[in-house]
Amino acid sequence: MSEADGPSRRKGLPVLTAAVREEPWIFGAALAASALYGVAPVATSWVLGRITDRVILPAFESGETSHAALAAAGAAIFAVAMLRVVGVIGRRVGAGLMQFRLQSTYRRRVAHRYLQLPLSWHQRHSAGRLLSTVNSDVEAVWAPIIPLPTALGVVIMLVSAIGSLILVDPVLALVSIALFPAIGLLNVFYQRRLSPLAARAQSLRAEVADIAHESFDGAVVVKTLGLEAHESARMAERAEALRDANVAVGRMRGRFDPLLDALPNLGILTVLAVGTSRMASGAIGVAELVQVAYLFTMIAFPVRAFGWVLAELPRSAVGWERVRAVLDAEGDMPSGELRLTDPGPLNLDARGVSYAYNGSDVLRDVTLSTGAGSTVAVVGPTGSGKSTLAALMVRLIDPDRGEVLMDGMNARQMRSGEVASAVAFVPQEALLFDDTVRGNVLLGLERDDAAVWEALEAADVAQVVRELPEGLDAGVGERGATLSGGQRQRIALARALVRRPRLLVLDDATSSVDPEVESRILNRLRTSQLPSTVVVVAYRKATIALADHIVYVDRGRVADAGSHAELLARCTGYRSLVTAYEGEQNGHRAGDGAEDDGSQGDAAVGASPAEAEEGRTA
Amino acid sequence: MSRIGGSHHSATGTLKRLFATSPTLRRGLLVVLLLAVVAAAGRVVVPIAVQVTLDTGIQSEEGPRTGFVLGSVGICAVAVFCTAWITYRMNHRLYREVETALAEMRKKAFRRVHDLSAPALGGEQRGDLVARVTGDVDQFSIFLQFGGMLLVSGCQLLVGSAVMFAYSWALALTVWAVFLPLALILPRLQHRLSFRYADVRTRAGAMLATTGEAVAGAAVIRAHNASGLIGGRIDTAVEDHRRAQGRAQRLVAVTLSSGEIAAALAIGAVVSFGVVLGINGHMTAGELVAFLFLVTLFIGPAQMSTEVLNELQNALAGLRRTLAVIEAPREVEDPGEKGVELEPGPVGVGFEEVEYAYPDGGRVLHGVSVEIAPRSRVAVVGETGSGKSTFVKLLTRLADPSSGRVLLGGVPLTDVPLESLRRRVVMVPQDGFLFNTTVGENIRYGRADVGDDEVRAALADLGLTGWAESLPGGLETPAGPRGEALSAGERQLVALARAYLADPDLLVLDEATSAVDPATEQRLQRALETATRGRTAVSVAHRLSTAEAADRVLVFDAGRIVQQGTHEELSARPGRYAELYAAWQSATTGAAGTAGTAGTAEAAGRA
Repeated sequence: MSEADGPSRRKGLPVLTAAVREEPWIFGAALAASALYGVAPVATSWVLGRITDRVILPAFESGETSHAALAAAGAAIFAVAMLRVVGVIGRRVGAGLMQFRLQSTYRRRVAHRYLQLPLSWHQRHSAGRLLSTVNSDVEAVWAPIIPLPTALGVVIMLVSAIGSLILVDPVLALVSIALFPAIGLLNVFYQRRLSPLAARAQSLRAEVADIAHESFDGAVVVKTLGLEAHESARMAERAEALRDANVAVGRMRGRFDPLLDALPNLGILTVLAVGTSRMASGAIGVAELVQVAYLFTMIAFPVRAFGWVLAELPRSAVGWERVRAVLDAEGDMPSGELRLTDPGPLNLDARGVSYAYNGSDVLRDVTLSTGAGSTVAVVGPTGSGKSTLAALMVRLIDPDRGEVLMDGMNARQMRSGEVASAVAFVPQEALLFDDTVRGNVLLGLERDDAAVWEALEAADVAQVVRELPEGLDAGVGERGATLSGGQRQRIALARALVRRPRLLVLDDATSSVDPEVESRILNRLRTSQLPSTVVVVAYRKATIALADHIVYVDRGRVADAGSHAELLARCTGYRSLVTAYEGEQNGHRAGDGAEDDGSQGDAAVGASPAEAEEGRTA
Repeated sequence: MSRIGGSHHSATGTLKRLFATSPTLRRGLLVVLLLAVVAAAGRVVVPIAVQVTLDTGIQSEEGPRTGFVLGSVGICAVAVFCTAWITYRMNHRLYREVETALAEMRKKAFRRVHDLSAPALGGEQRGDLVARVTGDVDQFSIFLQFGGMLLVSGCQLLVGSAVMFAYSWALALTVWAVFLPLALILPRLQHRLSFRYADVRTRAGAMLATTGEAVAGAAVIRAHNASGLIGGRIDTAVEDHRRAQGRAQRLVAVTLSSGEIAAALAIGAVVSFGVVLGINGHMTAGELVAFLFLVTLFIGPAQMSTEVLNELQNALAGLRRTLAVIEAPREVEDPGEKGVELEPGPVGVGFEEVEYAYPDGGRVLHGVSVEIAPRSRVAVVGETGSGKSTFVKLLTRLADPSSGRVLLGGVPLTDVPLESLRRRVVMVPQDGFLFNTTVGENIRYGRADVGDDEVRAALADLGLTGWAESLPGGLETPAGPRGEALSAGERQLVALARAYLADPDLLVLDEATSAVDPATEQRLQRALETATRGRTAVSVAHRLSTAEAADRVLVFDAGRIVQQGTHEELSARPGRYAELYAAWQSATTGAAGTAGTAGTAEAAGRA
């Protein structure tokens, strides 16, 4: 059959060899059991033939038999059937064990790969797809494992069947030799037709999962814009395509399964026809005929195990490709042997750093430096690249060009985990895990509760936690659902502070926190004896006022840098940004803002900060 | 954890619920069942052929009658082909009917998830919900690919029994006697198995939820070096799932072996007992041999039924979880046709003694009563956790109050058809979630009638043309999964443009510009003021510049409205608002000192 293999089956076979290599012992045991199962039909039919010859026919002719003969006949049949029982259970348990182990091994490998792969890789892949790979793709890859030992047992079954047939009668053997390849060819033809249909159904399943995931993730947006019907229609369209694909698979199965059923039955009928004429010529007896016919009955069903393996192979091959794509994904962040040994505040330099996303530049040739222990504010309009810059500073991503230096050492040559141990980052959107408050603050770090409370205190969220019935042990729900946005941000801040970082990077990390609370937090940060370099991405003037040095970023470049007073004096973009509210509050302050008081009416169509910035440089 | 759970109905109960969900399925399956009976009957042909050949064809007095055998074999061959054809018809129908029903179920479950209230959605593990509309349904669908065999097997058991009784009632009883204990034990084993499979499905959901966190929290995990911790959790979840699979499999092995042993006993007993019957002249040799063939016809399906029933338990475990979603109470009930259409034009809002408590008991709003006049501009301020976000959730009917009423244009919100409500009231949430398509498509998301020109016009109205043009691909720029190709501020700009384009009578902004730079925010705010003139607007804001521009300010504290009035009034007198305003001023004007009396005094002085 192998020469007729289709392309997707050829891709499927390495998967099977990989499986055998991963779990050789279990596979061996399952195979041994399956071999037992394979010879069982031949043994059973042989025993039945002998019993027909020696017990049934003599007894019917003579009208008498001995208890011993009866008992022996019953016992012989039971014994040989038990052979089959052991085989069936052994292969089933073995195959199941093997499949579960392979599934869990690969699920862990894939998930750990997700944890290792850089953020830039994650930004290119949807969560729905990644979850689909860890779940249904891995499931699909190892689906052929269950019928695999059976199929191999069937090979043994066929060989032993043909062997015993040749011994019984070469002419009847010819019938089987014609029949078995016919079943095989039908199977191959069937799988050829089925493969593309099954692959389509599998990929539609992934699409349906993607839609469900995206749509549930954005449930609030869907609700608030009244998009339920639109989303349901989007889902319905794919769900119906999946239904049609499944029906197409089912129809193909429905067409071939009865044929595969019919062939051995036709074989038995042929055996009866040919056998009768062979008996007429005296070549065989009744026992041989019964034996051969029974053999066909017994192997009719198992022969289809091949079909099952072949049926799973295309799905398996598609799943394997996706699993391999994760396991073999490139782009791991390089690491070296350098260590950050100095205990004091970190000295951070970016030299000519550029970063592109989806082929377009987000940051271009950015150079900046923070002195150890200083506080630097990164300011710029929405979409200017501030968050990317923050991610580069904590080495969530590596620059395409240029380098980030920490205490003068290239971040790329740092030991793995070294940067994270010295640097803490609080992103714009605080993500909490479905864990307790303590678990979320520590994230695996070993610190006592006093340290946790201290960090919560510094992040101004201790009071909130104290009021929770279970305090530090209170669960926060999935993604921190039981807390408000501001509370989540403050827990995330505590998470950074408890690590006593040498460099703290806050990416607009207090945006959901009320001004009153924010000013409390910032004052604590400022007055604390925390030996740390701080970088804040911020808009609020009070936050900016904490900084020794300000970097104004516009359209991916450092447009200006200096003290607040210097930038206010010479940088139009900066000025319009930080004094935006003052234009409202103290409208009559003369000649300070880019937009003076009278511009309120037409400001909507006025120059954006970026345009104003260009005006400055021109 | 999941509040939906997976109620544990019996197998027939679950199927009944499936029928209730898809009424056409019942009739469709009746035809399938009829075809299955015919197909099963066709399978009896071969054993009969064996008996006829042995008894009449070979064992006849004049020796083997080749012609007779050829004739009967030919007739049987035709019957075999007919059986195959009928089986095909049956399979085809079965797949069509059940897949259609499953697709309906998937669609209903999906829709129902969107009908859950926002707090409920927040509490549910999303990965788990996704599993309920995907993997759990797929499980049943995959099972179905073999399900046709179950049907035919079931019928074959009956037809096989009937023919066995026709040949020899004594031997048939023997076979049944052997299988009877099995038939008694099996349902119990299956029942236990169904719990084990339910456990497997639950653990699969947990595994997905844990992995989901690892994917969603990619940045946090890397920044805090928490890969070890999260990796450990994933390992635990995956291993728990595997162990649950192993527990289910052990029970499967028990059921399988009991079936196989029963089969071995049955054949042994038939041979021994059959010979005794033959000696006493009750049956011929051909009949005995044919009976042995018949027994395989009975045993095969009996064994397969145990196997397939095992798989069925697994599939039903998934089906139950999906049905649980469909049957979950619709927390925000849509009055639909029976509802009251709102009068066209600007709408006012009324809260009458509104209370809200989370399902777990935490009360977040206490007796809130307030009137918001049509065309007014209201700012909602208060400290984090003061209840202002819950206020807008109730206002936009993302959830219903625990007690009290919310009125829109004088009509109780619960009487307004959701379709009309969502058209008239649009909220922009803080998290500017975007779909994985282009920026332009996101702005007009869900509205096929809106062209590029209208999108551009909306952006121009909001003063965002410059920003849109600065994107690498303009409106064609891909937003990426969840919109992550854009910054948080940019996502909020898209969300705002989207809401603006929806042209609502009541616009609700829930900290919708929290991540946008101040200069852009100021421009947006003025643009929105112009654009929403003559409409009602409610904004939750932590930047008090919004409050300064509002007609009225509602100040929330600890779940109550503690102050209301204009910015001028409120900032002039000591109280919650004056405190908040002072803090805000010191934060924005760069007065690096703490929030305090100086700020309050200054604010008071200016007013």
